[in-house]
Amino acid sequence: MIHIALQKKLTAVDGEMLLDVDFTLKQGKLTTLYGESGVGKTSIFRIIAGLLKADKGLISVQQKTWLDTEQKICLKPQQRKIGFVFQDYALFPNMTVKENLFFALEKGQDKQIIDQLIAIIELGNLENRKPQHLSGGQKQRVALARAMVRKPDILLLDEPLSALDPKMRAKLQDYILEVHKQFKLTTLLISHDIGEVVKMSDHVIILKNGKITEQGIPIDIFTNKRVSGKFQFSGEIIQIQKEDLVYIVTVLIEVNFVKVVAQEDEIKNLTVGDKVIVASKAFNPILYKIDLSNETT
Amino acid sequence: MMDWQPLLLTFKLAFVTTLLLLVVSIPLSYWLAYSKSWFKPIIETLVSMPLVLPPTVLGFYLLVVFSPSSTLGNWLNEYLGIQFIFSFQGLVLASVLYSLPFMVHPIQAGFSNLSSNISEASYVLGKSKTTTLFKVLLPNIKPSLLTGIVLAFAHTIGEFGVVLMIGGNIPGKTKVASIAIYDEVEALNYSTANWYSFILFLISFCILLMVYLINGGHLKRFWK
Repeated sequence: MIHIALQKKLTAVDGEMLLDVDFTLKQGKLTTLYGESGVGKTSIFRIIAGLLKADKGLISVQQKTWLDTEQKICLKPQQRKIGFVFQDYALFPNMTVKENLFFALEKGQDKQIIDQLIAIIELGNLENRKPQHLSGGQKQRVALARAMVRKPDILLLDEPLSALDPKMRAKLQDYILEVHKQFKLTTLLISHDIGEVVKMSDHVIILKNGKITEQGIPIDIFTNKRVSGKFQFSGEIIQIQKEDLVYIVTVLIEVNFVKVVAQEDEIKNLTVGDKVIVASKAFNPILYKIDLSNETT
Repeated sequence: MMDWQPLLLTFKLAFVTTLLLLVVSIPLSYWLAYSKSWFKPIIETLVSMPLVLPPTVLGFYLLVVFSPSSTLGNWLNEYLGIQFIFSFQGLVLASVLYSLPFMVHPIQAGFSNLSSNISEASYVLGKSKTTTLFKVLLPNIKPSLLTGIVLAFAHTIGEFGVVLMIGGNIPGKTKVASIAIYDEVEALNYSTANWYSFILFLISFCILLMVYLINGGHLKRFWK
C-alpha cells in the first residue's frame, strides 16, 4: 500500500492554487490521475519522485517513509525506487537504446533484466540505435523499458502517449498493460483521454483546481450514474430546418454532426447555439469497430 | 633570424592555460547554469569582466597583488616558493583569469540548453549528481566543450597586454610570440615580425576553422 498526502502552493496561469491531495494506491493496481491541464497532476508526480519539494506532506511506500515534512524526512530522488516516464521521454541522446537501459542498472544487478525487457518491448532490432533515429512510439517504448530496469516500487507515467497517433497509442497501451501485469507493478498514470483511462486503469482520481473531486472505478465515474443505461451526449445546435411537418435539428457533438427529428413543440424554446443533450433510451445502439489500419494507410 | 622560442612558449602557455581552465570551468559553469543563489549574478559578472576590461587593468592589479612587496606576494614567495611576477606561473595565472569567460560561457550555455528532464531522468534512475555530470551531461555538450577549449586556446595565443604587464619580456621565460612581434617591430625587423605574425594568423585560422567544421557537421560528409 502506498499512501500519498501532499500540500503545495503552486503558481498557475490564473494566480495561486493550493494543491491539496490525499490518496492511496493499491499494490499491483494501475491508477490514473485525470484532469485538465494545470490542475497539478505533473506537480504531484514530481513531488512523489522527489524532484519538487512539498510544503507539507507524507509519502509512505510499503511501510517505508519517503517524505514526512513533520519529521523532516525527505529522501532524495536517488533513494526512492521510482520508474518515471517523462512526457518528452528524456532519453539520453549520447547513448544507444541498449546503453540507455544499461545506464539504469543498479550496482551488482543482474543484467538479464535488460534482455528480458528488450524482448517484451520488442526493441531487439533497434538496440544499437541512438534516440534521434527512433520514432515517437519507439522512444516511448525505450523510456518505458528504461524505467522498468530497477523494478520500481511505483511506475509514474506522465501522459506517456499524448504525442502519438491513435494506432500507436492503442499498441503502446497494450505494452504498458503487459509490463504492468508481468512485473506486478503499482502504476500511476496521467491521462487526458477518457477512453484510455477506462481501458487501462483499475482506479481513477479526478482532479480539479488541485483537489480530488471524485475517485473510483473509471466506468462508474465517467458514465452518468443518475440515469442508468441511457445513451446520451451533449452538443450544440448548429441548424434548425423545417421539413414538411417536422423539424430537422443539426447538433454538433465534439466533431460529429448529428441530425435529430423534432416536433414543433419540442423546438419551441430551442435556438441555434443552445447547448443540448441528445439522449435516447428506447433503442439499442449498434457498435461499429473503427478500423484504424484502413484509416491511416 | 627568427627565434622559435617565443612561438613554442606561446603554445606551451596556451596548452597549460586551456588544461587548467577546463578543470576550473566545468564545475564553475555547472554551478552557474544550475544555481539559484543570490550571489550568482556577482560571480557571473566577475567571470565576464575580462571581456570588457582593458587587459592592462587586470595585469596591473595582478602586479600589485603579487608583487614581492605585497603581503600575499611575499607570503607566497617565502612559504611556497612561488613567484608570479615575471615568471611563467604568473603568465599562466593571468591567462587563466583573462580567458575564463571564453571557456565558461560556451560550457554554461551548453548546460543551460540541455533539457532539465535529462538530468532528472538520471536522478530518478538512482544516479548521483557526479555520475550524471560525467556520463550524461558532459557527453551531450561536446560541441560546447570543444568551442570552449578552442576559444580559450586561441584567445591565450592572442594575449598581449596582460602578459606584458605581469610577465614582462624575458626571453625563454615570458617572451611570448605577441610580445616578440612588438619587439621586432620596435627594432625595425619587419621581416621577422612578419614571420611571427603570419604563423600566428595561420594557426589561429586553422584552429577556428576546425571548430566550425566539426560543430557544423561538415566533416561527417567525408567520413561517410
